[in-house]
Amino acid sequence: MSSVAPALVRLPVWRARFVMAGLVGAFAVLAGRSLYLQAMHTDFLQEKGEARYSRVLEVPGTRGRVLDRNGEALAISTPVQSVWAIPGDVDATPAQLRKLATLIGTDARELSRKLSDPSRDFVYLKRQIAPEAAERAAQLGLAGIYQHREYRRYYPGGEVTAHVVGFTGVDEAGQEGIELAFEASLGGTPGSRRVIKDRRGRVVEDIESIRAAQDGRDLALSIDGKIQSLAHAALKAAVTAHKARAGAIVVLDVRTGEVLALANAPSFNPNNRARLSGAQLRNRALTDIFEPGSTLKPFTIALALESGRVSPASSVHIGTSGLRVANHTIHDPHPETALTVAQVIQKSSNVGAARIALALHREDMWSFFQRAGFGAQPGLGFPGEAAGMLRPAATWRPIEQATMAYGHGISVSLMQLARAYTVFARDGELVPLSLVKSAVPAAGTRVLSAQTAREVRAMLELAVQPGGTGPRARIMGWRVAGKTGTAHKQENGGYAADKYIASFVGLAPASAPRLVVAVMIDEPSNGQYFGGVVAAPVFAEVARGALRSLGVPYDAPLEPVPLPGEGEEAWEST
Amino acid sequence: MAKLNLLLLLVLVVCALGLVTSQHKARKLFSELERAQARAHDLEVEFGKLQLEASTWALHARIERVATGTLGMRTPDARQVRVIGVAGAP
Repeated sequence: MSSVAPALVRLPVWRARFVMAGLVGAFAVLAGRSLYLQAMHTDFLQEKGEARYSRVLEVPGTRGRVLDRNGEALAISTPVQSVWAIPGDVDATPAQLRKLATLIGTDARELSRKLSDPSRDFVYLKRQIAPEAAERAAQLGLAGIYQHREYRRYYPGGEVTAHVVGFTGVDEAGQEGIELAFEASLGGTPGSRRVIKDRRGRVVEDIESIRAAQDGRDLALSIDGKIQSLAHAALKAAVTAHKARAGAIVVLDVRTGEVLALANAPSFNPNNRARLSGAQLRNRALTDIFEPGSTLKPFTIALALESGRVSPASSVHIGTSGLRVANHTIHDPHPETALTVAQVIQKSSNVGAARIALALHREDMWSFFQRAGFGAQPGLGFPGEAAGMLRPAATWRPIEQATMAYGHGISVSLMQLARAYTVFARDGELVPLSLVKSAVPAAGTRVLSAQTAREVRAMLELAVQPGGTGPRARIMGWRVAGKTGTAHKQENGGYAADKYIASFVGLAPASAPRLVVAVMIDEPSNGQYFGGVVAAPVFAEVARGALRSLGVPYDAPLEPVPLPGEGEEAWEST
Repeated sequence: MAKLNLLLLLVLVVCALGLVTSQHKARKLFSELERAQARAHDLEVEFGKLQLEASTWALHARIERVATGTLGMRTPDARQVRVIGVAGAP
């Protein structure tokens, strides 16, 4: 075996150096690239990476409940499911779609129409369905169809509390009433959290809570469910019986200024608002203004008493020919030669009230009306509260001063009128109103002396006795005081001859008033239209039930109150 | 030197196992949390339903209908009611 020594091959040095440089160069490129990615592009890349698995989920905050003063629920939010789809991903047989349509309560044709456009990314199939139905729909296991949770507002009180509570839209934002007025405190703030989802969309890890969801606060209203229900039923019955166009009623607690009941007819069911008319939606007690008619007379008389010009027993000349002011004549239907000031209220004499008013300064009248809350919003914070219309005194002509004495040429809302009567109920103090439950008696503003307020209250009590205009307002067990009103409706700038607004505002019990109840019936057209016949019985029914439910002690002998006999009831002028 | 390395390796293994266990525990707790949240949601749904049901049964109009119709009750006359004032209270 011969062996050959390996030849020593000497490679040129430059080749090794070349390879070395190549390797170093390649490493440098890599280092540069990683420096570029790590240091300069890192945020962008991390974001992209996270987007593959991390998701931010919205956590809804529940809207607060609306309760009455006894804790009964008037508005509750409950979770419901909304069914949505990505049309391009849906893969289902027509039979399956029909099944789905019946389960979620929609039309099968409507459903396939919604799914027909594959270019859309998101389409609601049905919003806000009951959780059980949603569960069954989910069990069909159709691809491309998803559900998410929403809250829906329910109103257990239905039409009884519809106008007070109002309602929310489909996204739970307040649209009317308390729901709108207290949106800020009722509405919850949604929170959000970051989670990691796996390939199948299940949440596998909770990373962080970005913002905690905040639930809305519950709100206790001043409304008393029992009195509200009673007021609503009595008003509805009266509006139906007298074939009236509409009606409204307000019950106030004199001591705290709380609104115990507020109802309107016609009303609506807030749980089903598919067919609603504007007339149903109107909260007449707060947003509509009308000429109050005779219910304003006690204020004219109160001012005259306060100024010391007259006393309750002073005689006022009436005469049979009416009172001529400028080119107009004011008439009473059953004129007497003379009435005392107290009888002017009792019989509701227009001539008497006008004659007393003409002896007053118009600036004094204006400022007194204003202090009694007319011409300004009653301050409940309710959306659309009417301020009424009280023109500046400088523009009053003598005839206007005379008609304003009996409530024409001035417009008020029923709530303003009810509030103004707290002046007589609280011995001269006007009380601030509240729709929210408050435990403390409210501090009033003095508008009249206690003496004058008591004198007017005595006259108002006379007005509901036989011989007055409102004996149908009396109830067994409690003394009541109040004033009827029957006003011609304004139409096309004049007064309609055969359209009236009948009203009654009263206090009970008269010895130590606890409640003010104001009733307004718009266009009673079943033969009767006097406030004493149409509105006073509603007052009586509501006051009776409310006083009993509040446990107010009796202040009158327990004798049945007969209906007024022939000639025992005075018919007021309109 | 080798001893120190071995020790460090041991520590490393213990730490790694600890990480695995705690990760596992976290996953388990998380799924428990998810279950509890789902249950909370179910209870919330039921609570809402019961609240609605309660207020539907307690509707004043319904109570009145049942009292006067089925039970033959009526509102007492004022003469049959005595109001007792509590000293100091309104």
